[in-house]
Formats: sequence, structure tokens, C-alpha cells
Amino acid sequence: MRDGPKQKSHIKFTLNGETAEVAFAPHKTLLEVLREDLALTGTKHGCELGECGTCTVLVDGRAILSCLMLGLDAEGREVKTIEGMADGTQLHPLQDTFADLGAAQCGYCSPGFLLVAEELLEKNPSPTRDEIKEALSGNLCRCTGYIKIYEAVELAAARMRGEEMELPRESIYGYE
Amino acid sequence: MAKSRSNNGKPLSVVGKPFRKVDARAKCTGQTKFADDIFLPRMLHCKILRSHEPHAIIKSIDVSKATALPGVIAVITGKDLPIPYGILPVSQDEHALCIDKVRFIGDPVAAVAAIDEDVAFDAMNLIEVEYERLNTISSIEEAVMIDEPRIHEYGDGGNIHKKVSLEFGDVEEGFADADLVREDTFFYEGNTHLPMEQHAAVAYFDPDNKLTLWSATQTPHYVHRALTKVLEIPASHIRVIATPNGGGFGGKSDPFNHEVVVCKLSMITGRPVKNTLTREEVFYCHRGRHPVLMRVKTGVRKDGAITAMHFQSFLDGGAYGSYGVASTFYTGALQTVTYDVPRYKFQGLRAFTNKPPCGPKRGHGTPQPRYALEVQLDKIAEDLKLDPAEMRRAHLVKPNSITANYLRIGSMGLGQCIDKVVYGSGWKDKFSGWNQSKRNLPYGKGIGFACSSYICGAGLPIYWNNMPQSGVQLRLDRQGGVCVMCGSIDIGQGSDSILAYIVAEVLGIDPFDIRVITADTDLTPVDLGSYSSRVTLMTGNAAIQAAERARELLVIAVAEKLGVPIENVSLAERRVFDVENPEVGVSFAEAVVLAESKFGTIGTVGSYSPPRSPGKYKGAGVGPSPAYSYSAAVAEVDVDPSTGIVVVERIWIAHDIGKSINPVLVLGQVEGSVYMGLGEILMEEMAYRANRNVVHKFPSMLEYKSPTTMEMCDVKTYLIEDPDPNGPYGAKEVGQGPLLPVPPAVANAVYDAVGVRIDEVPITPEKVLKALREKAKGSDGRYGPDSIPSVDWPEPLRVLTPAEGGDGREMPRVAVHS
Repeated sequence: MRDGPKQKSHIKFTLNGETAEVAFAPHKTLLEVLREDLALTGTKHGCELGECGTCTVLVDGRAILSCLMLGLDAEGREVKTIEGMADGTQLHPLQDTFADLGAAQCGYCSPGFLLVAEELLEKNPSPTRDEIKEALSGNLCRCTGYIKIYEAVELAAARMRGEEMELPRESIYGYE
Repeated sequence: MAKSRSNNGKPLSVVGKPFRKVDARAKCTGQTKFADDIFLPRMLHCKILRSHEPHAIIKSIDVSKATALPGVIAVITGKDLPIPYGILPVSQDEHALCIDKVRFIGDPVAAVAAIDEDVAFDAMNLIEVEYERLNTISSIEEAVMIDEPRIHEYGDGGNIHKKVSLEFGDVEEGFADADLVREDTFFYEGNTHLPMEQHAAVAYFDPDNKLTLWSATQTPHYVHRALTKVLEIPASHIRVIATPNGGGFGGKSDPFNHEVVVCKLSMITGRPVKNTLTREEVFYCHRGRHPVLMRVKTGVRKDGAITAMHFQSFLDGGAYGSYGVASTFYTGALQTVTYDVPRYKFQGLRAFTNKPPCGPKRGHGTPQPRYALEVQLDKIAEDLKLDPAEMRRAHLVKPNSITANYLRIGSMGLGQCIDKVVYGSGWKDKFSGWNQSKRNLPYGKGIGFACSSYICGAGLPIYWNNMPQSGVQLRLDRQGGVCVMCGSIDIGQGSDSILAYIVAEVLGIDPFDIRVITADTDLTPVDLGSYSSRVTLMTGNAAIQAAERARELLVIAVAEKLGVPIENVSLAERRVFDVENPEVGVSFAEAVVLAESKFGTIGTVGSYSPPRSPGKYKGAGVGPSPAYSYSAAVAEVDVDPSTGIVVVERIWIAHDIGKSINPVLVLGQVEGSVYMGLGEILMEEMAYRANRNVVHKFPSMLEYKSPTTMEMCDVKTYLIEDPDPNGPYGAKEVGQGPLLPVPPAVANAVYDAVGVRIDEVPITPEKVLKALREKAKGSDGRYGPDSIPSVDWPEPLRVLTPAEGGDGREMPRVAVHS
């Protein structure tokens, strides 16, 4: 193999509510550590340069781009990925509304959008459409035109507030 | 078949309902396995060295340092894969790794398999390639003017890949008949698909000498064919599994070099090999929208009725053939399916240039001419002082008719689409009516209108054959399980779900009772792939046939058991019962047991072949479709005259879907199409620095601008259901068509807002400002190309139109009028 023994770093952190320990080459990004060393492939990548938002995970409750964070920097922190969003088989309300409204078309950007939306609703349970747009503006989606995503966030927010909300007919069948 | 499409008069219980997609939970929990999510034991990682020269002879390649690097298992170059391939039989012009020369920056030259990605990357950088530079061809104009050096040794001379010349009826006669003849020139810049998922492929050549490829491809069947050719192993030893695509939009429709390379490396090493493209490499893979320069000459009467049209298009094809011959024909095919065009002439030229190859992107070859046509019609409406929506409305192609170029129109809901968006947008209260002094909206605000149409699947397959374009296999087991298998691949549009909905509808069960297995050449019958908006119509019809055959077996068995005539037996709510005594019946699972007891194992198949096209002339293969979808759109914009920035505030769009199999998924496709059209008209450009070695300007997602949530406009969607007899339950396409009216509607709205014509896509602030400044100086305030290259066109192939008594064949050359 390459010259000399490969130095792997070893970290311990909280991953989706559980203690995780992992060893990896120290230059690896959190994205790579999650996907390659922890087999959590739910976190996706679209550019690995911090441009698309696809690799978003929550670190200590804040959305960050895992392609721009070194795995080493996760030491002692709390990381949440898409695999940790549902409660067992019970989907998070956002996952439910994304599924119902077709807010996930190809589903590749969805983990990133879902986690950013989760952080948004954590901080702001009643976001306006403009606040939703602002919060999601760092994530690119090429399939949906974002509209079903906004509607899914709004519906989930209402449900999480305990409100009964029906989607307007035009969100399902179009305008009359 | 018509009977089945109306579901025997039974009310629909699944079709038309907003069910979840069958894979929705997986997608929302990150559990969908995309190609790069596959990790196999002993898997090697592959990196591909790509050319940094746009056009050069490969003098030598030295891989010795790379091979010597610890951890490197194999290194290959072009001599290891000498057989060419390509998506079209007429353009077998690619090599998985270049043999003797490179044709664009990004052309693959050598490949490494190593124990991990880092080692593979280091090894790739140790490969030494000596190039001898050749002059480059960087534009359509250069390709037309400069014959040498040739990028390819085939084509229609010099650096012209393809020339097409067709004439339906005598256009000169039509122009002589016109009250107004306009000639306009347009340019539509190229752009790229930019799927969020980077292409990835994993290959494993197993100890039994069978090869499996998992790949993010829209066309597993065509990849299968290419692999057997290039690798020289029997197709029966190759299994291609298309993984769910993280977005396709046409960009994963060619067989790709990285797919061939990982297979070859696995065959050499006996280990699984993975390659995932970097985002930069995805830009070089491209196959996106062709840049097209267009000259349109249209004759009209005072009421806006078209008397003749002559359309010329010049496509910048990039370095390889790809789908380009089809793309060229598509730039001339669908002009005739919206408004009546009694005489029509088309000349198209595709040039080779030293850029990443262009191919099919959402709308394949038709958004460019649609933009030109709809902007020109807006200008014509102004010349004639007609309302542009009313003018179009008055001259629509009739349903169940045949166009001048022999496209058979079935259902045609464009009139209703126009009515919806005109009314919904408040068009009449907003449009300036060509009178800037009596504006309804303030200066800077404007509204624009456009229509479009798209095919629901190509009438012909890519390679000539008489077999079905889509096959579905259904297996019912004695526990009541239903498994539907089809070669189609879900690229996010929901094609897996469509199969489940349709089978569930026919068999009276819940779509979530059904297991869907798709896109695996070992397990599923052939479907040609997710392109040309063919999947719902073709797999849907095949699924209906397979499910009806299964239903028949269940009905016979249950009728016998219940002692009732077979016409009395119905299937609904997971039961099979007597319609006259609904409580008398059996569960669906019991029905399968009865049928299996009577007939043996229950498995059925269905297949679909499109109807034959009435066009028989050479070139008639592009354009025919079982059905055409229609769209109309109104765009409202805000143009800041001091910055030139165009903000699209809202788009009203009506789409003639025939029948929604699932309205939520249909809306998602409409909104996504509007989004992509918005990106194309406002910002997206696949642009190069011609004077600096044909370097791509922006091979990154930061610099290649695409709409974020902040640029995306509000969308109001109307679905028009005018069922087409050829569609499953009357359904037509929606994945591509609704993109088409968006660019011209925005361009027309910009004119309404500030009085400048931007005849070039995208409409950037620089272009708007330049046009406004020119207008302030007293010119007409237009930004766009003025000239087209001078080309020796071949004598057009002449075809009498149906109205002239033509039979769809070309006229013999001797009988041609001069």
C-alpha cells in the first residue's frame, strides 16, 4: 500500500441519537465519513463543493453542508441525518407531507430539503411562504420547481401546530 | 382496446386519484438506493483521465507510473476498448476511451481502478499523455466555413454532421398567397440538465463470467446493447440494472464511457468497480440542449392564418453524434401540430464542434424552434394588430387530422388550454394591445402568451425492429400477491407508480398491494427507456393488456365457482364478485387460488407498439407519435429598465393531459417543467470561451446559474382532460411538454413590459439593457442574431401534403417542379 502505515483518526459523536465511533482518514469530509465509513447513504451529494445543499445534515440542530465539514469536526457533537428523522417506522410530519404531495420526485435532493425544513420549523413553527423560500434557498431541486415542497412544508407545519389543515383543491387537481 | 381504456364503463377507483407514489416513503427516508449508494465487498474505485485539450492527436500515453503506484489494480486506455458505439445506429462515433484523438475538453483518455478513490485519483494524475494540438472548431459558423481539420471522418462533408431538407407542398406559392411575410432570426443558447445526482455506475464481472452493471441510466436497454457490442460478450451474459435516477431530464439517455469503463475494469480485475462522476465531469458528459440558430419565414393572411412556413435551423452539436440526427429532425418536426401550416419547408444542419456533445434535454430539439415560432407569431400579431391569443386560437390544428408533414393528430385540447390561461390570468385586462400609450399595466410590467405541443413517445424505436416498444409481465401468486415487471426506469417522474396504479385499477386491488420490479434486463421485459415522454402511454397500455389478460383468467375461474356468467363478474376492493349480488364473491387472493387451480401458475404479459405513421418519406421517422399533448401559458414579468433584470412573477399554464393517471404527479411535472423553462429563458447557459481554447465557462453549480427558490415564480396550473384514444385511460404526456411555452411566453412578456425584443435565449440583464439603450437611440430595440451561415442545401425532398392528395411518400426527383 502507500508509503508507511495510514493514519486513521478516531472520533466519537452522537449520530441520530446514538453514540457512534468511527475511524477514518483525517482528510475525509463528514459527508464521506457518513456514507463510506458509517454506511448512511441517505445523505446525498450533488457537487461536493458546497453549491447545491444536497448533502445537508443537522449538526447540533443547525443545517450544515456535510461536504464542507471535516469528519474530525464532528467529534463530540450531535449529528442528525435523514436516517434519524423518522421515529422508528413513524414518519416525521414533513416526511409524510413530502410523500403525499410528491414533493420528492427523484428523491435525491429530498434528504437535504427535509432536514433544512425540519430546522426551520423547529425555529419558526408558522413560517410564511417567503420565510420558507428564504430558508430553502440554499438547496437546489431540479425536479419539482419547489412548489410542492413549499406546500408540503406548510402542511406539515400546520399539522405540527396541531391544526387541521386541508390542502386547497388546486394543489392536488390544479385550478378550475 | 378502446373498451379497456374506458375501464368497461366502471367508475375509476385508482386512476385519477392522488395516491402516494409507491416509492415515496423510501425517497423521504433516504432509503432509495441510487447508483453511488451501492458499496460491494472488494469494490475498486475508478477514475477517468479526461483530455484538457479541445482537439488534439494523442501522440502517446504512458501509464507506467500510474500502474506502479501501490494500490492500483488496473489501468486501461483506448486500445483496450477499440470498438466504437453510440446511441444511434447512424452515429457509432464514440470510444469509451479515445483511441487516436480527443475532440473536446473532457473527452476520456485513460482509466484507473484502485483500492480507493484517493489512490485512483493520484494514479490518474500520474498518467502522461502527449498531445499534438489541432485547430479547433468552436461555433456553427466555423463548422460551416472550415472543412479542415475534420472532427470526424463521417457526416455530410467537412465539419457538417447532418443536413436535412424537406418540403411539404410549395411554400413559395404559400408566400405569394400571404398578406404578410415575416422573416426573423433567433438564437437559443445551449444549456444542460444538471440533475442533482451525478452519474454513477458499478460493474461486477462475477466468477461465472456474467457481468452486472448498476447504473444511473434512463435507457438500460440501449446500454445493454452497447455493452454487448463494445465488450464483445453475449448480451445474455450481461445484466443491466438501472438504479433509480436522481434526476435525468434526458442527460442519462446515452450509453456512457464510464459505464463501459467500469465493466471492462471489472472484467480485468474480477472485482466490483465503481465510478461516480464529479460535478465537473457531469458538465462534460452533457448531451444537453443544442444551441440552435434559426431563421423563420412565415406567411400569413390578415386574420393570422398561416399560408406557408420555411424554417431553417443550425445546431451546434458538440464533439459527437449522440442523438443529434434525431435532434436535428426534431427542430423541424413539431411546428405543424399546433396551428394549421398548409405548406411547410424545413432545412436543418447539425455541426460538429470541439465541445461536449449535445443531445436530448427535456423537450428534445423542440424548445428552440417553439421559442422562435411563438415569438415570431407575437410579432406577426403586432404587425396585424391582432390579439396574440385570439389569433392563435382561431387557427388551431383540428383534432383527428393529418398535418402537412404527415403527423397524425388525435385529441387536441389546445383551445381549452388557451381559454383557461387567458381567463385565469386576466389577459384582456393586462395586455397592452400593442398600444404602448394606452397601457393597462405600468411600464416595466408585462404579460406574454405562448402555446406548444409535444409527443407522447416516438413512433419509432432508435434501432429498426418490429418488436414492441414496451413490455409488461405480471405474476399473480396464490397468496394474492401481484408483481408487475417492466423494463421502464423511474427517473423521478413516477413511472413505477403508474404501473402499480394501472394494474391495481384493472384488478380491483390497492396499488400498495403490488410489488413493482423495473429496469433490470434479467428480470423485466424490454421497455425502451425513459425518454421522449413515452413511458406512461406505452408502459401504461402494455400494463393494461397484461392486467386484462390476468383479469380474464380470474373472472373465468370465479364465474365457474360462483355459477354466474362471466360478464357478471367484477373486480373491486380486493374482491371478485357477482355484480348482481355483490355480497356473493371471493377475496382477490381466493380468486387467484381458483385461477391457479384451473389454469396453472398465473403469469401474463402485455406489450405495446405505436400505430404506424402515415408519413413514408425519408425522414418521416421523427415526429410521429401515438398522441400529442398541448400547453398554453401566460407569463407576467417585471422588468427593471435601469438594471435589465427580468423577474417572472407568475406563470399561468394549462396542459392538455388527456387524462391524469395521478393529478398530483401531473401537477409536479407541470411545475417542474415550468421551472426548467424558466431557468432556460432567464439564466442557464452552457457557454464556452471560444477564443480561449474552447474552455467551458462554468463547469460548476455555483457559476452555472439555475433557479433557486428565490427566482422560481408562482405557478397556476390548469389541467385539461381531453382523453386520447391511444392513451391508457386517455392519458397523454406531461413530463416535457409544459416546458415549451415558458421561454417564448416570458420573451413576449418582456416585450410587452419594456418594448424590446430579445431574440436570443437566455434573456440576461445585459441583453435587455443593450436593447433598451439601442431603443433609446431610436432603433427598434432588438437584441439577437441578424444572419445565418450561407449553406449549400441539398435539393429538398418534396412531399405532396395530404390536402394536395399526397400519399405520404416523397415525389420522384424527375417530377419535381423547379
